[in-house]
Amino acid sequence: MAAYVLRRIVHMIPVLLFISIFVFLLVRLVPGDPAAIMLGPRATPENIARMHAELRLDDPLWVQYGSFLGNLLRGDLGDSIRKREPVTDVLLTRVPPTIFLVLYAAVLSVFISVPLATWAATHRGRWADQLVRGFTIVSLAMPAYWIGMMLLQIFAVKWRVFPVSGWGEGFAGHLHALFLPALSLALAISSILVRGLRSSLIETMDADHVRTARAKGLPNGRVFGWHVLRNSALSTVTILGVNLAFLVGGTTIIETIFSVPGIGQLIVRSIFDRDYPVIMGVTLVFGVLVLVINLLTDLSYAVLDPRVSLS
Amino acid sequence: MNASTAAPAPGPTLAAPLPVAKKRGSRLRNTSLITGLAIIGLLVAFCVIYPILSPWNPTEPDFTQPTFAAPSLAHPLGTDNFGRDTLTRLAWGGRVDLVVAFAATAVTLVVGSLLGLVAGYRGGWIDSVLMRFVDFTVTMPYLVLVIAVVAVLGPSQWNIVYAIWIVGWVAYARIVRGETLIARNLEYVEAARVAGMSDGRIMLRQILPNVASTAIVFAMADMVLNILVASSLSFLGLGVQPPNPEWGLMVAEARDFFLRDWRLMTWPGIAVLIAGAGFGLIGDGLAQALRPKG
Repeated sequence: MAAYVLRRIVHMIPVLLFISIFVFLLVRLVPGDPAAIMLGPRATPENIARMHAELRLDDPLWVQYGSFLGNLLRGDLGDSIRKREPVTDVLLTRVPPTIFLVLYAAVLSVFISVPLATWAATHRGRWADQLVRGFTIVSLAMPAYWIGMMLLQIFAVKWRVFPVSGWGEGFAGHLHALFLPALSLALAISSILVRGLRSSLIETMDADHVRTARAKGLPNGRVFGWHVLRNSALSTVTILGVNLAFLVGGTTIIETIFSVPGIGQLIVRSIFDRDYPVIMGVTLVFGVLVLVINLLTDLSYAVLDPRVSLS
Repeated sequence: MNASTAAPAPGPTLAAPLPVAKKRGSRLRNTSLITGLAIIGLLVAFCVIYPILSPWNPTEPDFTQPTFAAPSLAHPLGTDNFGRDTLTRLAWGGRVDLVVAFAATAVTLVVGSLLGLVAGYRGGWIDSVLMRFVDFTVTMPYLVLVIAVVAVLGPSQWNIVYAIWIVGWVAYARIVRGETLIARNLEYVEAARVAGMSDGRIMLRQILPNVASTAIVFAMADMVLNILVASSLSFLGLGVQPPNPEWGLMVAEARDFFLRDWRLMTWPGIAVLIAGAGFGLIGDGLAQALRPKG
């Protein structure tokens, strides 16, 4: 197990390097002095000159990248221009709400998708199946910002059942305050989940061991619950894992709508503030976040399926 | 897909017509494809023609008209807070979203497919570099990548297109590379090679027609995604700027008036939904037509 985790982490290194190159080039590909761009329009010439030296902008690009990477490894992402504090500190307070929101949305999407997929798979080709198929097409095309906005206006502004912003206090508070944002995200991903899960269920229902279970006279509910659904849990996790980046990306919009103090809201705000060190930092953290959750997904296979060995 | 490539390989000249023949046969009963094409056809016609027919200006405030008007003959979907006709603004906004999504998708489809074709056929360092890009884009959320690029380029409609060009081609390259890896070892390619065809000709004339369908089916899902991305960015204020109409921006602008007039926010959302569902249905239909057993 430990060896597997270690190997996976080693495999992450090339991807992490690629992400760091992307983030590094992001600001340097804009015409103009990166120091001036990163410090914004109100910077003094002295500050720009100091930043210019700090970023080693007169050196060749690979030397600049080397020093960027060195700082990165020490956890130094520069200072936020707007908040005047280290980007790392800003990020540390911003990451937990986003992680909570993503996991919450993943759980909700399972609660939405499993019943729908089950309903469709057990009524294959009939109107229930068509209805669920219609739902998947509509929910795939449904803009998350629109759903989020509608939910916010109706349940938070008009009926005041949920707060209009923030992420609440304590675990129960988070669950309450983040319900609408998590639901908006869950709806966006549930169409993909329903489709994948439906075909996986159908495949399992046609499998030999399920036919055997039926043949020996087990009641329908028990066959489905024990033999079919349990086997399809693995594919649910797989589909969630594959679409994780999509789910995480949605936080940019949803956190902005619901004023959740996470990194999604932070990156959008930082664009308007032209706070490039923060934009670079958040982009990096988004990549790391997906990599880490992906690793956790793979580890959960071992729990769900005893046949999977991690070596 | 597999059914057509795994079929006993005929000579090089017969390689292409086989799947096409199957496609024609099942297209007659393909309701998804027909419905999708009809929806998109009507939507495009509406966005092209309605701005010409409509007497209303999409951007200038019109205080001769009532604000927040209910649907009527003069204003089929009512008016907004500036007395502007909502249907006219939807049509102009649709032009923006459809053009952005099409420009973004078409270029990434062509460039990505060609790069995937070369990487899959040639292998070597091109393939290694491509796979690093693939690892990267699988890890990074698409929306975050586009937002990061737009953050540097500056908010505008065309910068969204450029941002999607920069990050969107990888998905096509990955798909076509995978299909090419399979096709490369099939007999019809072998036959073409023995017949002395150049690599370029084999790739473009033999392999591409057989692997393109998967990329095209994906392009329809990508159109849905790009319409959502383009309108999301405008919603966030990173795309089309007021007073110009755009679907996502119209939702954002309606937020302060929702309790007064919920319709203003509803219409543009439905417009995105119709466009997305249309392309989604076309994608489903094409997948069905190109994969007879599926």
